[in-house]
Amino acid sequence: MQNALLSVENITVSFDGFNALDGISLRLMPTSIRVLIGPNGAGKSTLLDTVIGNVRPTKGRIVFRGEDITELNEYKIVRRGICRKFQAPGILENLSVLDNLSLAARPRRESWRSFGVGIDSSVRARVERVLERIGLEEKRHTMAGQLSHGQKQWLEIGMVVSSHADLLLLDEPAAGMSLDESAQTAELIRSLASDHSFLVIDHDMTFVEQLSAPVSVMHMGRMLKEGTLEEIQRDPQVIAVYLGREKEEAVA
Amino acid sequence: MGHLAVLTGQLFNGISVGSILLLTALGLALSFGLMNVINMAHGEMLMVGGYVAYLTCRFVHGPAGFLLALLFSFLGAAVLGGVLEVTVIRWLYGRPLDTLLATWGVSLILQQGARSLFGAIGVDVVAPHWLSGSVAINHGVLAGLTLPYVRIFIILLTIVTFALLLLFIARTRWGLFLRAVHQDREMAQALGVNTKWVDLLVFAAGTGVAGLAGAALALIAPVTPTVGQSYVVYAFLVVIVGGLGSLLGTALAALLVGLFSSTVQMFTGVSLSDVFLLVLVIVFIQFRPRGIIFQRSRVMKEA
Repeated sequence: MQNALLSVENITVSFDGFNALDGISLRLMPTSIRVLIGPNGAGKSTLLDTVIGNVRPTKGRIVFRGEDITELNEYKIVRRGICRKFQAPGILENLSVLDNLSLAARPRRESWRSFGVGIDSSVRARVERVLERIGLEEKRHTMAGQLSHGQKQWLEIGMVVSSHADLLLLDEPAAGMSLDESAQTAELIRSLASDHSFLVIDHDMTFVEQLSAPVSVMHMGRMLKEGTLEEIQRDPQVIAVYLGREKEEAVA
Repeated sequence: MGHLAVLTGQLFNGISVGSILLLTALGLALSFGLMNVINMAHGEMLMVGGYVAYLTCRFVHGPAGFLLALLFSFLGAAVLGGVLEVTVIRWLYGRPLDTLLATWGVSLILQQGARSLFGAIGVDVVAPHWLSGSVAINHGVLAGLTLPYVRIFIILLTIVTFALLLLFIARTRWGLFLRAVHQDREMAQALGVNTKWVDLLVFAAGTGVAGLAGAALALIAPVTPTVGQSYVVYAFLVVIVGGLGSLLGTALAALLVGLFSSTVQMFTGVSLSDVFLLVLVIVFIQFRPRGIIFQRSRVMKEA
């Protein structure tokens, strides 16, 4: 069996006796996508918080690339190659797309060369690759603040990718996007998954479908069901606690 | 000598005064724009640069002496600025008024130090051989106009320094760090920029350029312990009129202030021209409180 990139083992997180996460386990293989869905308060964001080291688990452990990272601080986890992206785009609006990317794509060590004019060739090459993948080659000299909402999100995903991260935790990456942008975002994530892994939270079933990846349904801090989107959409339990409710809301 | 020649001569003087103002103001503009720090000891960096130039020229003779003096003035003032940043300013981050007071104290210490070492009377840097003399125009409407080499040199020095600084900010990785920190310190940090080093570098570079201004000034006026004080006030005016955080605005404002002073001084005295200048700046600030060129930055949002 292949080694998991990320392995969440029996994690419990308690806030004042309330279990936000209640014995959650999850295995993520290298270069794969996993979607987390579930009603509000199911613990999806808490799970991402715990993986990145922002929230300490009460019980259980988290293993990344075979090493226990449960007790590490957030910045150390980030250095090991996990990165979390929030809903609001974290970009520098008054810098160009190129500048934003080269800032994120820092060389392993800053050196005296950083005083030289121009961009370090290894950084340059990586930035060019990322520019192509996020489809913003034409916009390289545009100020990031002038991009559309979707483009900003892609730029930020690109920044995370160029920062040597292997595992990206995305919290509703397609929120607030048009249908087109949302489809392109799914496409981007799928293409980046050829050499990165993604743990994605989203509510939008169309977007989840476009990701065509295994889905984990969370409910009340537990893992309710894992499987393909079709499997979980047919699952009576999932319909009862989550999908059914959405349908009712949609009807109402 | 015709009126036009006199006027051109004064304009030329104005540009050279504006050049020294610009070199002085650049450091202030950078450290305020980036770190929200008002360095009251900035004028003393100019003074230190002047004395370093004086010392270098005393010990190193020959044509290369003054070029070496320029280098040492820059380095001396930059190192002093770096020490000031590490020992004082860094500890008072986010407390602008305390920084103001502390750097004012440093300014007094440096002034008194210079007075004890070199005396209250100014010392002179004799312009090197290759800078003595002037371009004289003998024919045409500008007949009688003389442009001293020293002042031409100061203008060129400023243009080169300013261009190098712009190139550094626009094209190097450290310049990119600077721009990122300037815009959003937290975000830059999140992207792995070591903001402490950026602060130190920018502060030291700013004081170093002021040291360069001191060396340039030493060519046309004696270096005294209080020489910085008289220039730093104008430099503050320049930074405010130029627009905080905009180097291009700073350059325009320095030119304007230099030209204004030297032309008005043709008709009135130095004191009265200062009065006019201040009135003009006050009126200007009423209409454009953010200066000639305004750039948005996180620092400004909080300020």
